This record gives sequence, structure tokens and C-alpha cells, in this order.
Amino acid sequence: MAGEILVATNVLEYPYTRTVGPVLGAFFTGLREGRIQGVRAADGRVLVPPTEYDPLTSEELTEMVDVGQAGVVTTWAWVYAPRPLHPLDRPFAWVLVRLDGADTSMLHALDAGEPERMSTGMRVRVRWREGRVGEIQDIACFEPETPS
Amino acid sequence: MTEAGPDPNEPVRSIRAPVHLEYHFMPGRASSRFLRGVEQGRLLGQRCPQCAKVYVPPRGACAACGVPTDEEVEVADRGTVTTFCVVNVPFHGQKIKLPYVSATILLDGADIGLFHLLQEVDAEKVHMGMRVEAVWAPPEQRKPTLESILHFRPSGEPDADYETYKDHV
Ligand SMILES: [Zn+2]
Repeated sequence: MAGEILVATNVLEYPYTRTVGPVLGAFFTGLREGRIQGVRAADGRVLVPPTEYDPLTSEELTEMVDVGQAGVVTTWAWVYAPRPLHPLDRPFAWVLVRLDGADTSMLHALDAGEPERMSTGMRVRVRWREGRVGEIQDIACFEPETPS
Repeated sequence: MTEAGPDPNEPVRSIRAPVHLEYHFMPGRASSRFLRGVEQGRLLGQRCPQCAKVYVPPRGACAACGVPTDEEVEVADRGTVTTFCVVNVPFHGQKIKLPYVSATILLDGADIGLFHLLQEVDAEKVHMGMRVEAVWAPPEQRKPTLESILHFRPSGEPDADYETYKDHV
């Protein structure tokens, strides 16, 4: 053993808690209730996930709007080998989903089974997690609207 | 994962957002020799062939001269506090009772300070020039990590003359 180069497994972890403010607080509270909400921007668009301030005018946004629980994939990337902390333990896609009634897309995971099922514009819907607590993982993932 | 308030009917005010990074650390040949030495209760440094400075722990090369440091030298497990920090702030995962002192210790025979824990002394008594010695874990509990030195403590020797460590503060 002497003279051999050592190797150690290090784990670096910061257990941050972050306060979410009134707008994201409402978004997460909605997730706990099984609803998805966006916020109405100054130009009338619905932003999902919501932002506290208008991306163009910077004014404060407060009007929460319920949006649909299904939508279309606007872009995607297939994950062939999920990492231990990924949301799914089998190959899946990272997707941007524009929910019905929303004007922006949100990032989440899509349980599509195989990359051949993927296409931009495909319809997907939310799969909720059991025992929701008010965080983005309350959406377990999205799934294709039409069964394979 | 949410900081679950007592009442799940309350609006969500905060979320847990941990950062987690798991990685393999390879200290390289020189520091591996150092850590093997620590396991045996010895502190092994390396001397630069050009500027003669002794690096502990060694990194295999002199950062100032840019040359390999092949000569191995053993340094003492006692030295001088060159600077220190009193820790008063509790943080997640903390194992040591507050307040405590982390110090940079210039080991006798070394030219760079070693950062370690100072114990068995009141925080307000710690000062620059204080002489300290290593308190080792029992031999059977030593591993190739600096945690094999449990901490440093005052050695009882008179303070070091500022001239002896002024180039290292
Ligand atoms: Zn040098």
C-alpha cells in the first residue's frame, strides 16, 4: 500500500433553506393543492412558473392565474443514463412544457419510456406525486397524453 | 422537502434547496505520502531545491520556483500560532462546542502554516506566537487524514519571538 496514491470520496453539501416570497409561495402552495398557477404579466401574458417582477417593465406582479395540467413540449433532451439524484430512475427526457393557458414554458422531467416517443409539440400531462408538500417535486414528472 | 410548518394549511413560505456534490478526491503522490505518514504519527514535508522552503503538506512542487520538490523532510508535531480565528457562529453539522479557535500553525521546520483546530485553551487566551503541540488520536485509530491529529493545544513553552515567524504571517 505504501506509496500508492490515495482516493477519498468527498461529499460537499449545503442544506440551504430559501424563502420563496409571495409569488413563488403561492405557486408552491398551489402545487400542494394539486393546482398549477402562473402570474399575469403587464402585457397580459401568463408566466409559468410565475415571476415576482415583470420581465419587460420590472413592475411588481401579483395576479395569480390557474393554468391547465397538460400542455405541449417546446424542446427536450433525452437522458440515457439517469444520475442518482435525477427525478426518475429510468431513462427520461428533460422537457420545456408550455401548459395550456400559459405563454411561457417550464422545465420538468417527462417519463416517455423511450426517445422514439419524443417530439417537439407532443402533448403531455402532469403526473402528481402522492403526499404533496409544496415544492416542485410535487409534480413527480410529466407523461405523454396518449398512451404508448 | 419543504420546511414543513406545523400547519400544512399555512401558505408555503420556504423550501429546502440543498446543494449536494459527491466527488472523488485524489491528493496526488506527494500529499499521499504525507497522509500515509500522518497515519504513522509523522509529519512529512518536502524541501524546495531552489529556495529551500519546506512545504507541509507537500504538493510535489514549489509554487514559487516551479520545480519539483523531491527531498522529503520530517517536521515537528509542534509549532507556533501565526494567526487564528475564533468561531462563534453555529452552523449545520457543527461538532465542536462554541466558541472555539481555528489556527494557522507554523510547525517547527516548516515554511508554510498548517490550518488546524486549537483546543484545551480558552478562546480569549489564544494569541500570535503561542506555542502549541499536536494531540494525536491513539495509534489504532489513526487514518490517512489530518483528523488523525485530534487538535493542537498549548505546549506550555514561552511564546515564540516574532522574528521567528514574521515571514509567515
Ligand atoms: Zn522554491
